[in-house]
Amino acid sequence: MKFAVLVFPGSNCDIDCYKAVESTIGQPVDYVWHTATDLSAYDAILVPGGFSYGDYLRCGAIARFANVMNEVKKAAEQGKFILGICNGFQILTEAGLLPGALIRNTGLKFRCHGTSLEVVNNNTPFTKEYSQGELINIPIAHGEGNYFCDAATLEELKANNQIVFRYAGDTNPNGSVENIAGISNKAGNVVGMMPHPERAVDQLLGSEDGKRMFTSILNAWREQHGAAVNG
Amino acid sequence: MKATVYVTIKENVLDPQGTAVQGALHTMGFSEVGKVRIGKYLEVELDTNDRAEAEARLKVMCEKLLANTVVEDYRFELEG
Repeated sequence: MKFAVLVFPGSNCDIDCYKAVESTIGQPVDYVWHTATDLSAYDAILVPGGFSYGDYLRCGAIARFANVMNEVKKAAEQGKFILGICNGFQILTEAGLLPGALIRNTGLKFRCHGTSLEVVNNNTPFTKEYSQGELINIPIAHGEGNYFCDAATLEELKANNQIVFRYAGDTNPNGSVENIAGISNKAGNVVGMMPHPERAVDQLLGSEDGKRMFTSILNAWREQHGAAVNG
Repeated sequence: MKATVYVTIKENVLDPQGTAVQGALHTMGFSEVGKVRIGKYLEVELDTNDRAEAEARLKVMCEKLLANTVVEDYRFELEG
């Protein structure tokens, strides 16, 4: 299974994503610059965190017009796995691949700490190794992670089981609607989340709860392609 | 031709910056201050004299890039 980690000017979690793929599942992974016009070689695309284009205008607003994003849209339509983390989530909402928007944290502060996440939907290629309702420890680092969508979209998200992660209990760090920390598209092959699973792949980093996102993706892909699944 | 574009946060969306500024103004003694909303102001120079065309193209610019219509409204004025 081949992974692409997109790199925009201002991405800063690209190396973390790359290393996480290497260390958790040992699959081939490439950095792909934002000018790329072909992603057909890749089975999964990671859109990493950071501050693409300096967050100018709005987070993700300029990155969504990068050449590579046309290819990301095609890959999404083909059912390939796409995971946007933090700024990557912002880019995917700006690109219209995921509904809603990420706005300024209600407390105005840049929040950088571990969070307890509830796995709301473990029936996605990204979360199948977690139990439904399991609490996992994944860090956040953002100033604009306040997920917003209108009431109709929220109903749709719920009806289609598109809420993937919520901040547990009363720990919502940014004011997001219904404590939403991560969502998927309708088909379930595109997920965006503010917390950083790639920063939680080893106890030395404070948590290894993010590992299973990567093993989930690999096993989901293997199931699709009839290959042996890792136990 | 010059366009002035105003991008504002939708009424039903919380504006934490505006709320913080409102609080600061109250602390400073400006008790008459009600709600404060913070938006963006953009000046865009356009190389055209065709007003209708400028309006049509600005609308596209706003919808596609300058505003995120999920959370923001926009309006613009044209001069020259």
